Amino acid sequence: MILYTIKRLIQGVITVWFIATATFFAMHGVPGDPLMTDKAMSEEVRKNLDAHYGFDQPKWKQYGIYIGHMVQGDFGISFAQENRRVNDILWEHFPVSAFLGILAITFAGLGGILFGALTARYRNRMPDIVIMFLVILGISVPSFVFAALGQLALVKLNAFFGTSILPVAGWGTLSHMIAPSLVLGLGTMAFLTRLMRSSMLEIVSSDYVRTARSKGLPTTRIFLRHELRNAILPVVTVLGPSIAAITTGGFVVELVFAIPGLGRYFVQAVQQLDYTVIMGTTVFYGAFLVFMVIVVDLLYGLIDPRVRLE
Amino acid sequence: MTTSSSDNPGARGRAVAGAASVAGVPTGQGSRSGIAWLGEGSQLFILSVLGIGAFVLLMMLLSFVSELFGGGGAGEAVDPGTGTITLALSTEPPQLDSTRATDMVSGQILGHVMEGLVRYDEFDRIVPGVAERWEVGGSEAVFHLRDDSRWSDGTPVTAHDFVFAWRKAVEPATASQYAFILYPIKNARAVNNGELPVTALGATAVDELTLEVRLERPIGYFDKLVAFPTYYPIKQAFYEGRDGRYGADAVDLLYNGPFVIERWVHGAQLRMSRNDEYWDHERIRLNTIDYAYITSDVNATLNLYKDGKVAVAGLDAETLHDALEQRWKLERFNDGSVFFIEFNHRPSRLTSNRNLRKAIQFVLDPAELVYKVIKLPGNTPGESLFPVWLKGVNGYFRQEYPAPEHRVDLARAHDYLERAKQELGLDPLPPLIFLSGDNPAANKQSEYFQEVFASRLGIEVKIDRQIFKQRLAKMTSGDFDMVLAGWGPDYADPLTFGDLFASWNKNNRGEYANSVLDGWVEVAQSSLVPEERMRAFDEIQKIIYDDAVILPNYERGSVFVRNPRLEGVVRRAVGTDPDYTNAYIVDG
Amino acid sequence: MNAALSFRPIVAERDVEVISRPSLSYWRDAWIRLKANRRALVSLYIVIALGLFTVVGPWLPFVPNHSAQDLDQISSPPGADRTATIVEPYVPWSGVTVNAPGGQAPLEAPASVSLAGEATTQAVRIFWDPVRGAHGYRIYRNIAHPAPDDALGMPLADVLVPSRVSFEDRLDIKPQEYFYSVVPLDRNGREAPVYATLDVSAIRVITAEEAVKRGLAGSTADLAIGDQVELKLHVLGTDYLGRDMLARLMHGARVSLFIGIVAPFLFILVGILYGSAAGFVGGRVDQVLMRFADFVVALPFLLFMILFRILFKIEGGDSGIAPMLIAMVILSWPAAARLVRGQILQIREEGYISASRLLGAKTPYLVLRHMIPNTMGVILVTITFAVPSAIFTEAFLSFIGMGVAPPTPSWGSMCNEGIKTMLTYPHELIFPALFISITVLAFNLLGDGLRDALDARMRSQE
Repeated sequence: MILYTIKRLIQGVITVWFIATATFFAMHGVPGDPLMTDKAMSEEVRKNLDAHYGFDQPKWKQYGIYIGHMVQGDFGISFAQENRRVNDILWEHFPVSAFLGILAITFAGLGGILFGALTARYRNRMPDIVIMFLVILGISVPSFVFAALGQLALVKLNAFFGTSILPVAGWGTLSHMIAPSLVLGLGTMAFLTRLMRSSMLEIVSSDYVRTARSKGLPTTRIFLRHELRNAILPVVTVLGPSIAAITTGGFVVELVFAIPGLGRYFVQAVQQLDYTVIMGTTVFYGAFLVFMVIVVDLLYGLIDPRVRLE
Repeated sequence: MTTSSSDNPGARGRAVAGAASVAGVPTGQGSRSGIAWLGEGSQLFILSVLGIGAFVLLMMLLSFVSELFGGGGAGEAVDPGTGTITLALSTEPPQLDSTRATDMVSGQILGHVMEGLVRYDEFDRIVPGVAERWEVGGSEAVFHLRDDSRWSDGTPVTAHDFVFAWRKAVEPATASQYAFILYPIKNARAVNNGELPVTALGATAVDELTLEVRLERPIGYFDKLVAFPTYYPIKQAFYEGRDGRYGADAVDLLYNGPFVIERWVHGAQLRMSRNDEYWDHERIRLNTIDYAYITSDVNATLNLYKDGKVAVAGLDAETLHDALEQRWKLERFNDGSVFFIEFNHRPSRLTSNRNLRKAIQFVLDPAELVYKVIKLPGNTPGESLFPVWLKGVNGYFRQEYPAPEHRVDLARAHDYLERAKQELGLDPLPPLIFLSGDNPAANKQSEYFQEVFASRLGIEVKIDRQIFKQRLAKMTSGDFDMVLAGWGPDYADPLTFGDLFASWNKNNRGEYANSVLDGWVEVAQSSLVPEERMRAFDEIQKIIYDDAVILPNYERGSVFVRNPRLEGVVRRAVGTDPDYTNAYIVDG
Repeated sequence: MNAALSFRPIVAERDVEVISRPSLSYWRDAWIRLKANRRALVSLYIVIALGLFTVVGPWLPFVPNHSAQDLDQISSPPGADRTATIVEPYVPWSGVTVNAPGGQAPLEAPASVSLAGEATTQAVRIFWDPVRGAHGYRIYRNIAHPAPDDALGMPLADVLVPSRVSFEDRLDIKPQEYFYSVVPLDRNGREAPVYATLDVSAIRVITAEEAVKRGLAGSTADLAIGDQVELKLHVLGTDYLGRDMLARLMHGARVSLFIGIVAPFLFILVGILYGSAAGFVGGRVDQVLMRFADFVVALPFLLFMILFRILFKIEGGDSGIAPMLIAMVILSWPAAARLVRGQILQIREEGYISASRLLGAKTPYLVLRHMIPNTMGVILVTITFAVPSAIFTEAFLSFIGMGVAPPTPSWGSMCNEGIKTMLTYPHELIFPALFISITVLAFNLLGDGLRDALDARMRSQE
């Protein structure tokens, strides 16, 4: 098990290196560069800038230098935020995205498993129909619509009570996090509900559950030990990538709720071709994602002993 | 089970038959466990309560941790008790090193925390700043600094601080993009090109309080130029003590303006408080300006305004109706920039044909664009490259030299088009590439233009929508026929627009070259006689219309709401905008 | 594993078996069961209807061109009044100029504000009595009568010439009631605390030429000034440029449904093949394959999206659907692959697989016959979710300016535009959102039905 983990970690490092390389060359393949601005600059100024940022070097050399720095844990200095180190940007804004993401995924995971189990239990009956209707509503409305509607609802709520129940936007306290994480987790929750329901329906009709039932085991025990544990498996599988999707996909929510998360910086960086920030965030998220995948795979083995970890 | 039945075909029949006989199982199960369902339901209920409890606990834990990282809670929009106003910022300033700042937001923040030799007052007049008085004559300018202007650490602001900042700005290693704005100073260009040492720059501190500037050639607007952020002072000892981090954070700046930055949480908050060391601090009535929200989302800012959390919010055409229904007091503001369709004049392009450009000019109605498509008061139909607010000899330039009259004329347009087709030897014309930005406004406008050209002129236009950097790359390489472009002023003189289409100007991305126009630009640059200069600008204005160099679309404006208790906010086209240094809270 | 087998495969015994009812192929059987599921069937009809809507819709007689702009009917909701009066073409107004009376403050309100000519959607022309000592005037327009101490509405313009006492308003005038207020300004351009208000009802107008050009009348000779015509009908109203919503929804469906169906179908197909190969073969191959999947999933989508656009030489006018589709397929399959692999790993250990293997089943047979059908439930759910998420990815790309190029509409970008005006013109948000919801709903129910039909284990449940 430990050997397996170490092996996976080494493979992970290689994967991250691939990601860094692919991103580096893709990024430099896009026309334009981070130093271009609205107002044109003279050749002399441009030359000064090129020298300042090392753009006068050939591409492969820049790549070598970059990877060298990256190995030492230095992602360089942002082009758009000229005096900020990418490391600082990651350090300051990733926790924000992570809090938001963890809250959202917790909300989505708990809600998804609970609602999924409920709908499967009450198949084709009232709770099922109501929840599934809400789920479909949840997945058929784009997140930017939800974010805007959610914020509007907060304004109305505060106006109704005449005092600030929940802040409309901003970041800093628990109350700031509730609305955005609900909005962010909604889509995933709907997805997990559907997945859980489908998986649960299969389990409920499986032999061992029927056996357990006929043995006269208490329903709760069957539910917890047999049904839930087995049905959760596909949910756990998608949870890994979902975490990454949520933490990176928070752009819209971060924009609408004025949250200083990394998602906003990343989208901005791509639009501005901010080389160092693109590299920093991609490599960081890549590493994060690869790590999550490893964790999920290990979890898989723990939850389901039938899966052998070689 | 069925899935394995194919191995044993006989099993299939059994399974199907079995299904019929076992069909009662689920239903039977349902009825059998009728009571169990209830029990199960309540157990599920307990489970869910536990789940939600765990969730809440986790949130509380997170909120505790997040308080270590996050910004402090923001207050109400206006707080007369503490003299605080809360606002939202569209984007964060990239950094606040005045020698390298290029964007509007940096300029706005710097305008609050720094002060140059001179500044603009609330009526847009040039008034003394750090300089008490000055003499600009011929190719020399002398600034006499006041003796009570101090940095936020209590040390005096001296002429050396200006010399240091200006040398930094033109030093090649700084790679400042706005170095060109110092080019009127003697040797500035040569220093910036690395041909001369920085000490050769024509700015010298005669003594602590006297700054002497030698100019490349006489210019009439140098006193207006020194209000620009690149001309702000920097204290050498402090700059060098920051080890390359000058301007990166609140502690990495030394202030000499009305405010200091008290707290800067990147991406979240930027709070400025009154600078007691500022020489004219009695003029300042607000204690704190708290940019507690950073978002470019118009709706989000408006929602914050509705919730009483910010004192000012911008509106767009889409939110205007809602604002009217709220019965808010709205204000209008012209930000001084001009937007236009720029043609590609490179010889390889169809748009280098004047007749084709004229044909397009005569089907375009800027009034229709502004009144039906943009729909936001404050925007005015574009008639000239020179916006209405520019000053002429005595009054406004555009009143003294009206823009050439323009009317939509389909007959003339088709006439020009026929001639263009003959000259180019093409019929029909191949589609033209219309380069456009990625923002909603540009989208809307380019879709409108596409339809106008198609329905009124029968020209097919292909919209090439690109994100910011790619659009710039394509503009620079000339990969377009028409592009939506705009220009904002750097200083309050018509020349900031007038030299835009000079053949040597790098911002002339369509590479328009006309020696007559170049000649007039030179006149405007070198003459000191206002009448002569304004006539030159008028000639430029006429050439731009007659030759259809660009097609002016609109002069940009905006509409915003302001908390009725906040007064004295100044909006201006050139200089710090919006300016809260004169703002105050009224009791109510 | 096969090497470990010491059993000899038994000879097929097909002819020995007696089948108790007509043999149905797996797919025929599934079809029968699908037909029995009323919800799934209705959903299937909806999906077919959506297809027709997309393909046939634009040719229907009452559907105008999707890019034609009706600037007289901008953002008009469905069922709005369409009557317009014929007027002369617009000519600029020279305005009213007087000798500005000098004098001292305090400034008073204009004695009266009056209307010059008729108030139309073309222009509203007002003039007022000069105010002694005023250095200019500010004109406001409101949608409700300003009460005392109330806001005057939106500031239209400043007239900064004291001798000029008129203003022509052309800004987005709708056929409705407006309240114009005139406020005198002092020498510093500040407002005096007084104003005069004029109540105006604008009528919708159109010039004879325009009417003919739009096909509302045969020729200009048929129309006299003052005649009434009915403007073009827009069944579901119009958008922010006066384009027909229905036509745009039909056109938008091409993009949204294409992206929404083809992309998920392709990347899930890739995911199934990849995931089942990895899951079944296992060992080192699985390791390498899954690490490659990790690599792909971690690539920044936005950046590669831009890169694909460049590789595909997306120039002006191209809608950019192809590179978007390819980027989505290339970058989205790993999730599906992981899911399928997870299922396969689980199924691989099932008893019937071992049984089948003992009976000599080959790997492709096992994968195609047992494993994939058994993962169908999860796969179908994934597809039904991938449909809206693909539609939203496109919408998100539009949101940040990298979506389908204008003027090609898509439901996502229409939603995106609609959200901005949702308080004023809700129809611009509701219709595209409704279509997305219907599509998603249909695919969900159909997916459910398909799962029940394809997954034999579900049989006993119905």
